[in-house]
Amino acid sequence: MAVYEQQELRKPPISQVGIVRWLRVNLFSSRVNIGLTLAALYMLYIIIPPMLDWMIFSANFNFGEFSFLGFEFGEVMATNTNCGRTAACWPFIYEKLDMFVYGFYPRDLVWRVNTVFAMTAMLFVIVRLVRNYKYSAKVLLTTFVVFPIVSFYLIGGGVFGLEEVKTHQWGGLTLTLVIASVGILVSFPIGILLALGRQSNLRVINFFSTIYIEFIRAVPLITILFMASFVLPLFFTGGMDFDKLLRALIAITLFQAAYFAEVVRGGLQAIPTGQYEAADAIGLNYVQKNALIILPQALKISIPNLVGSSISLFKDTTLVLIIGLMDMLAMVNMTANDINWLGRETEGFVFVTMTMWIFLYSMSRYSKKLEVRFSTDHKN
Amino acid sequence: MKQEKSLLSFLNNNETRAIAFQIITLLIIAFVFYSGISNLMFNIEAREIHTGFAFLSNRAGFDINESMIAYTPEHSNLQVFYVGLINTLVVAVVGIICATAIGLVIGIARLSNNWLISKLAGGYIELFRNIPILIQILFWYNIALLTLPSPKGSFNFFDSVFINKRGIYVPEPISEPGFIWVLIAFALGIVLTIFMKRHFGQKQDKTGVHTNTLGYSIGLIFGLPLVVFFLLGSPMYFDYPALTGFNFTGGRTFTPEFLALAFALSVYTATYIAEAIRSGIEAVDKGQKEAAAALGLTQTQSLKLVVLPQALRVAIPPTINQYLNLTKNSSLATAIGYPELMSAFGGTVLNQVGQAVEILGMTMAVYLVISLCISLLLNIVNKKMSIKGR
Repeated sequence: MAVYEQQELRKPPISQVGIVRWLRVNLFSSRVNIGLTLAALYMLYIIIPPMLDWMIFSANFNFGEFSFLGFEFGEVMATNTNCGRTAACWPFIYEKLDMFVYGFYPRDLVWRVNTVFAMTAMLFVIVRLVRNYKYSAKVLLTTFVVFPIVSFYLIGGGVFGLEEVKTHQWGGLTLTLVIASVGILVSFPIGILLALGRQSNLRVINFFSTIYIEFIRAVPLITILFMASFVLPLFFTGGMDFDKLLRALIAITLFQAAYFAEVVRGGLQAIPTGQYEAADAIGLNYVQKNALIILPQALKISIPNLVGSSISLFKDTTLVLIIGLMDMLAMVNMTANDINWLGRETEGFVFVTMTMWIFLYSMSRYSKKLEVRFSTDHKN
Repeated sequence: MKQEKSLLSFLNNNETRAIAFQIITLLIIAFVFYSGISNLMFNIEAREIHTGFAFLSNRAGFDINESMIAYTPEHSNLQVFYVGLINTLVVAVVGIICATAIGLVIGIARLSNNWLISKLAGGYIELFRNIPILIQILFWYNIALLTLPSPKGSFNFFDSVFINKRGIYVPEPISEPGFIWVLIAFALGIVLTIFMKRHFGQKQDKTGVHTNTLGYSIGLIFGLPLVVFFLLGSPMYFDYPALTGFNFTGGRTFTPEFLALAFALSVYTATYIAEAIRSGIEAVDKGQKEAAAALGLTQTQSLKLVVLPQALRVAIPPTINQYLNLTKNSSLATAIGYPELMSAFGGTVLNQVGQAVEILGMTMAVYLVISLCISLLLNIVNKKMSIKGR
């Protein structure tokens, strides 16, 4: 009589489990894929090692002597001559970091800029903390109104015994952030009004809003910046004594308002007519209808696109360099023209590029997150 | 009492209010315009700035190193305008072609089932779309100037293509009188191909017999002109660049400004086009592919006849928008001095003449016209592509 005993389970072939299977499926599934993988690896091999070598392995990191926990580190800080030309010279960035962040802002007053930076960081904490608070909307609205005013006076000075710092001394990353935040905060309400204007039944208002939005969106920002710096002062009786930064801010705000308007209009169009009719039926007037019923819904669905539009604005702030403002990008040539550090543009470019990239990448990640959070379709 | 009520109701009437509101808006806008223009007139007079377009016929007096049409400093400012306009269009067209090609490859690679390829494409998109375009233009321009050799030590490819700090030098084809016949043959080839395709299409509709027309098409479009070319005894020669003294002469030059600008614009815009194409392909319902397979279509047929037409409908409108953005971004050439419209006309001429209103107005008008043309194209495409419901 046959004795049946349980056989041990046979192991799956090695090519069907673990990393081997993953490689087979994802990298070497067909002849074409093998070729593509090898080509990609070769491309990485050409690009990545020299880049890492330039940035890290052969680069100079002699930031000078410093002590940490009683130990002495480093040696004498590298200078332009002994830094080497074949790889990055990071001590240059280290020494010029002030320039990249503050521009020509008086060095003994930078604590004011730093305070604003710290406040900005706190803003993110506050937004998180009050999320579930009953009056969160009011708190946030107050913060977003008070914060820019306080920041402006902190950076600009001239009141409460703070020494005045003229706008031509603002520069570097500070200027970039000032332009971006003023551009976003001021153009947002204008954009909403324009969007409402374009949706309006009143012919005249509709006509002018549409003309404005379409005109601004058709021309490049640089032409508007040039207009603001050459033509705008002529429109005022004061003439040419017109703050340069203010001109750039006006141009960027007017430009961005048109783009925000189109985003908000997209939101407005997505609101079903029933909402408008219901608001009319309960006797709300135009302002009440929009402020209480339509805009809260329309703005909510346009939040991801608003962030996306703000990202473009942040990218566009670099253009002020062309009309002679000293933003972070302008600092690249400024610092590389220093007689002690001639010809270090590449390091400057890489540093500025990385800084901008980090800002923009985190913003775009954030907008993707918002898109998922606010999406109301049933994908997941 | 009654009088008062009707007045009140008149004031509260929605239509009255609408008219009043519009009149007030009109008045405000008119006032802003009036005070602005009168200030402008006053300031222009006080500053003794010239007005009008007479400056267009004045001598420009500066040189432009890159021009498609005849230009010397003796030419007028109007000629500078044309040079700038043509350079804008050239860089835009080159940028659009390259950006579309890169974008297509990256967008398809993003969806590849090869993990490495798809991640690389994703990395490319995240890297380049999050760096402001101006930084990219300046970066490539500086890198090119810093790393490329001087004319003496330029990279030499077969004694015909040279790369150095001053740009890339390639042989320039120069046509002799008979060359026009080759172009005519080329055009004829295209026309014949269209007729042939139509003929075989009708044949397939009638009989169901499919004819592969690829070979005939290639023969007609490329073979016919080639035959004509050699029959006429090669009516074309190449002008090779050669080092004379400190610089190259002859051939066609692409300056570093042009290359940096075109490269940065293509690389940057390609990220957006890639995303448009990816979302277009992803937007095609899976059922469509399955239905195509169930009908017995091959993989290629399914892609060509079912998936792509639907994917393109989603992908083309945003892509055309990106073309417009690319054209607008080409104005950033001001930062590196490639003589396109904004830099040559809106920059250099403006500095010399000082008539900002006229010059910037003309520049803006050009961009406005370009943008209107592209919107028109977009509308036509949208109309053609929209699903025809029954």
